[in-house]
Amino acid sequence: MLAARELAFGFPSREVGRGVDFALARGETLAILGANGAGKTTLLRTLLGLLAPRAGRVDVDGVSVASLSDTERAKRIAYVPQQDVPAYAFTVDESVAMGRAAHLGVFARPGDADREAVREALGRLDIAALAARRVTELSGGERQLVMIARALAQRAPVLILDEPTANLDFGHRARVLAELDRLRNAGMTIVFATHEPEHALAHADRALLLADGRPLALDAPDLALTAANIERLYATRVRLVHVEGRRYACVPE
Amino acid sequence: MKSSSFPTPAATADAPSRDARSLAALVGFGFALFVVVALVAIASGQYPLTPAQVARGLWHGVAGGGAPALADEVLWQIRLPRIALASLVGVALGAAGAAFQHLFRNPLVAPDTLGVSSGAALGAVLAIFAGAGAFTTGVTAFAAGIAAVLLVTLLAARIRAHDRTLTLVLIGVVVASLCGAAISLVKFVADPYNQLPAITFWLMGSLAAASWPQVASVAPVIVVGLAVLAALSWRVNLLALPEDEARALGANVARLRATVIGAATLATAASVAVCGIVGWVGLVVPHMARLVAGPDFSRLLPVAALFGAIFMLAIDTLARTVTPIDLPPGVLTAFVGTPLFLVLLARRST
Repeated sequence: MLAARELAFGFPSREVGRGVDFALARGETLAILGANGAGKTTLLRTLLGLLAPRAGRVDVDGVSVASLSDTERAKRIAYVPQQDVPAYAFTVDESVAMGRAAHLGVFARPGDADREAVREALGRLDIAALAARRVTELSGGERQLVMIARALAQRAPVLILDEPTANLDFGHRARVLAELDRLRNAGMTIVFATHEPEHALAHADRALLLADGRPLALDAPDLALTAANIERLYATRVRLVHVEGRRYACVPE
Repeated sequence: MKSSSFPTPAATADAPSRDARSLAALVGFGFALFVVVALVAIASGQYPLTPAQVARGLWHGVAGGGAPALADEVLWQIRLPRIALASLVGVALGAAGAAFQHLFRNPLVAPDTLGVSSGAALGAVLAIFAGAGAFTTGVTAFAAGIAAVLLVTLLAARIRAHDRTLTLVLIGVVVASLCGAAISLVKFVADPYNQLPAITFWLMGSLAAASWPQVASVAPVIVVGLAVLAALSWRVNLLALPEDEARALGANVARLRATVIGAATLATAASVAVCGIVGWVGLVVPHMARLVAGPDFSRLLPVAALFGAIFMLAIDTLARTVTPIDLPPGVLTAFVGTPLFLVLLARRST
């Protein structure tokens, strides 16, 4: 569904990373981990087609992302960016409806089918009650759910999230991660960047560890996220305690 | 987590005020207010008209006939063109301001952020310096305003920066300040008895010379600019998001932004060309409109345009009635706009 082939990524004047190579099937989740500045966001922007690859390619559904128009790309890949303060007090309804842009002509505005898609997206995340609230009045956790709802309204099979649990309280973190599990089980292909090894271990099918833009490991989370690798990634000694099933506690020593 | 059971009294109270019916009501109310202000504007002035004179004059103008009367002359040749021009300018500045505030994701920008007013002012000042008449001065101002914005956007496109809107704003500041320096230079060398006063009056702005030909020359430009904004109105919302988000949602941000800048600049340049620089309207009016209509641009645009017309018409009517001489409207908009803006800032609910 989403594949990176011999990908080198960065800006026209500066390479950030290279050597990223993976293929995700429908319903698979990839977690990307790395220290601050390791190139996670730049890699995500490249996977989204917002930055041109410096070498290699990104394919979605067997088609090169670079060959797609803005709207065609947006129908295939949806994006939940890092939390940002909204510039204007749009309502939740209006914000989520913007997810329909790729399905609408330049001069069009949302119609019944789009409003239905918005309702469905809000319903799936159980936040229909927020529909008329303004995004500026929401808590960070609520706003993150709204951003995910907007991406769902986009009806793209691939979802890319940049640190979806950053700055959220404990409860909202669990809630967002549970939603990601549900979406994966419903067949979505998901890539998310995270700073929490535990989240990758419990909620991803594969983990990509980026150190200085290069893959340090790319494997099943329990194989990639060894204590040794985590130590190399964050330059901190850690102990990995198995709790149950895929749940681990990662504690600094 | 309890977000499914959030108590949302605000939500239910808010919902009906934001649907299409409430927009129609809002526009209807605005239009009624506009008509009232326009009737007051028609009747007041150095030669006050009674309601009967206004009614008779309007009837004569539409249906023809009636003895030629001074009241009819005043109505049709002085009051109405001026009212039409003030309204058009207000519509243009209100709509362009709303568009720019979305575009720059910032409620503190005005339609002249990209240098259209400074460019137009420099054009007009140079034309006056060269001895041009009013019409040529207006055309030069219009062209120079657009040229300044073109220069800003072309320069911004050549600079590779992550934050392209910030780059645009900064280059706008640079070009505006360059135009300001050039204007000072021209004023310094201009003939102090004829040209300098003409330059100064132009820069303060005025609608005193309003005429039907002037209305006819700017109306199509403003209508075209607004029509483009109206056609794109829902999509303009995407410009209020960070660029990456808008692109990931499927927007061709570069083209959309260029189109909106072009449309808003056309409207602004046309209004600056006929009445000089009138500040604050394009800043304060979109704020007021957003307070009542919310930030959705397809709702905001008609309300900002209408409020702009009402605001500008009220200001111009005050400008020509509070003292025996016409005050420059730009001075009054600043006197009214600054306190109003401070109040809006203090509320800051948008």
